[in-house]
Amino acid sequence: MDEVLIGRVLTGMTLGFHIIFATIGVGVPIVFMVLEFLGLRNKDAQYLTMARRIAKGYTVTVAVGVVTGTIIGLQLSLIWPDFMRLGGQIIALPLFMETFAFFFEAIFLGIFLYTWDRFKNPWYHWLLNIPIVLGSTLSAVFITTVNSFMNTPAGFDFEGGEFLNIDPIAAMFNPSTWVRVFHVVVTAYMTIAFLMATVSAVKLLRASHKEDKTYHKKGLKVMMSIGIIMAGLTILAGDLSAKFLHEHQPEKLAAFEWHFETEERADLVLFGILDEETQEIKYELRIPWALSFLAGNSFDTEVTGLNDIPEDEHPPLIIHYFFDLMVFFGMYGFGIAAVYFIVKLTKRWTKIHEYHPGLLYMYALAGPLSFLAIEAGWFLAEMGRQPWIVRGYMRVSEAVTEASGLGITLIAFALLYMVLGVTCVYVLLRMFKGRSAEEDKLNWYGESGIVSKGEGGRLP
Amino acid sequence: MILDYEIIGVTVLWTFLYLYVIIASIDFGAGFFNFYSKLTGDDNIISPIIARYLSPVWETTNVFFVFFFVGIVGFYPDTAYYLGTTLLIPGSVALILLSIRGSYYAFNSYNTESKLSWSALYGITGLLIPASLSVALVISEGGYINETAAGIDLNVEELIFSPYGWSVVFLAIISVLYISSGFLTFYAAKAEDKKASNLTRTWFLIWTIPTLVITQFTFLGLRQHNYEHFVRAQDYWYLFGLSLLAMMTAVFLVWKRRNYGTAFIMIMLQYGFAFYGYGISKLPYILYPYVNINDAVVNENMAFALTVVFVLGLLLLIPSLFLLARLFLFDKDYVKGKKKY
Repeated sequence: MDEVLIGRVLTGMTLGFHIIFATIGVGVPIVFMVLEFLGLRNKDAQYLTMARRIAKGYTVTVAVGVVTGTIIGLQLSLIWPDFMRLGGQIIALPLFMETFAFFFEAIFLGIFLYTWDRFKNPWYHWLLNIPIVLGSTLSAVFITTVNSFMNTPAGFDFEGGEFLNIDPIAAMFNPSTWVRVFHVVVTAYMTIAFLMATVSAVKLLRASHKEDKTYHKKGLKVMMSIGIIMAGLTILAGDLSAKFLHEHQPEKLAAFEWHFETEERADLVLFGILDEETQEIKYELRIPWALSFLAGNSFDTEVTGLNDIPEDEHPPLIIHYFFDLMVFFGMYGFGIAAVYFIVKLTKRWTKIHEYHPGLLYMYALAGPLSFLAIEAGWFLAEMGRQPWIVRGYMRVSEAVTEASGLGITLIAFALLYMVLGVTCVYVLLRMFKGRSAEEDKLNWYGESGIVSKGEGGRLP
Repeated sequence: MILDYEIIGVTVLWTFLYLYVIIASIDFGAGFFNFYSKLTGDDNIISPIIARYLSPVWETTNVFFVFFFVGIVGFYPDTAYYLGTTLLIPGSVALILLSIRGSYYAFNSYNTESKLSWSALYGITGLLIPASLSVALVISEGGYINETAAGIDLNVEELIFSPYGWSVVFLAIISVLYISSGFLTFYAAKAEDKKASNLTRTWFLIWTIPTLVITQFTFLGLRQHNYEHFVRAQDYWYLFGLSLLAMMTAVFLVWKRRNYGTAFIMIMLQYGFAFYGYGISKLPYILYPYVNINDAVVNENMAFALTVVFVLGLLLLIPSLFLLARLFLFDKDYVKGKKKY
């Protein structure tokens, strides 16, 4: 393997691993914020217990998220020093802001986790959710602006291989920032809502604690409600992204869709297999004219084809498969949440209620599939930017480090992620194994379940 | 009076690095002492106190470090090129250690029962992290990087057989044990836990002599390695003198079992004077002789934007950190581990 490829694999591996925990990091605070709110408003200890159990598991994933985030932050300079030297002139601001946002979140998360029941007025504790949600979401926002800049650079003049006359704000809010930030944030919320729905569904299927039934049903309902809203927004974000790509990064859209000839009334290609030599596509599902409609809301939109783009600027065509996976899995969540509510509303007539085992199995898939959609989406976004590291200005091959030892570094990090991933899953499973939610509720909120000052404050 | 951006940048970064040194030392040292006390069977005395302090703050510690390296790339993008290229291996080692420590700290704290092997993992890596990170400081003294037409490379052999390099590594390890035992003494005394504070006091006194010895060695090493810098450091002899004075005061107070809080402030001053003395005498170089603060600073607009964001950020952070400290450092009931919490 050559250095460039090793560098790419290593960065891809780090980000692929980090994005799991980063998504959890962005999405989970929303979930326990909603649950704690419901618990306090309805004086319902079950919601509060749920918020607390989720927060407890969250601490472990945050730890892995923090360390992998630190890794990628430094790895950018270690593997791509030339990129950071050039880009540092311009992406420093959002990176700096991201650190602040994360700092803010870290401080309040520490306070939040160790002050349950420490305040006379429980709403004070709920208020701590606000800086956590703000911090976690803003760090996603700022870091996405950096990535957007790499896709659609703006806010500078390029002379003699240097960025001059820099406008940091214009670089941050470059053309693709809005669409991508929106997409990243809502998909994170959606994914975590479905992940928690998966937990509820699995627990309802394999009831190890009979007394937890109502608890998990409540959980499922909340998560499906959050999930369907976010999934709806995700679809909107995806549609905006397609239109954006058509305007600003046509080579990416064309590679997604194996679209070679520039034409109006372009077909949308789903699935299929491509022979790259002859540009023949087999076994595909074609939706006539749909691509033009997606790109510009009219069948007459002319969509640029790959043949009009210089050969050495073609993204790899494999990304079409990632595109299919992302769309399909992303839609699955929306579909399944819709099914949940339809069945719920019509159960009076159909005799099938929303907790039918067959349906539970389908809900259980929503979380993992949403995560796969996130991974596919990032692979798609990043591979679609190839061969550029800063689109139009610097190629990935020009940015990789000259230092020797990349190969051994790759192996070391691969081992590290394996160990961290396995241990993290082990700890999370152990944490909730054999502990029913009702037991935790009694521990935290006593017999009466009345929400007032209990014997809490620490995660036991 | 208008300050130059390069001075603002370097002051901000140095301050954050200093804060990281103090906070991370407490963190890493506490992890190590936690493991050590498990081996000696003293863990029932000291572990609860360590856990009470570390649990709410460990994430924050890491952010100081991220803040520093994001800041240095922001203010001086050239450092990303020179240090990024040369530190691929040492930096990756530090990252792997840091990841193991951070993760296993959390895994062990939140696992249903703590495992000795996991305590060992984060206890021992905690000592090695400062050592591996200090390599970056060693390299910044110059003499280990060769720039050729093809690019730059690190002279690994030179680094491995460098007395100065090793003295800095040992300084990092010993400082961690010294600073954290000083802090734990204060924290245990605050919790009014006689047994625990006696134990940590002993640890602290044990580590004072090696701290004195290693600092002298580091000076001698610097003299041999970068004579110019050594001479410049003598212009700031009073800073190093104050540092020594602060150390004497701290040791005296702990020895007399008095004012542990003041003693810890003295420890902070001791490291503060030495750290700033070292930093000021290093100027204008960040990485000798390739990167100096006058010509490597980021473009004007970005420097201005970074400074604005930094000030705004501090306005947000300082009250938050203050709240954190009030709840977990200065709240008597919490520190004592009263049943309520």
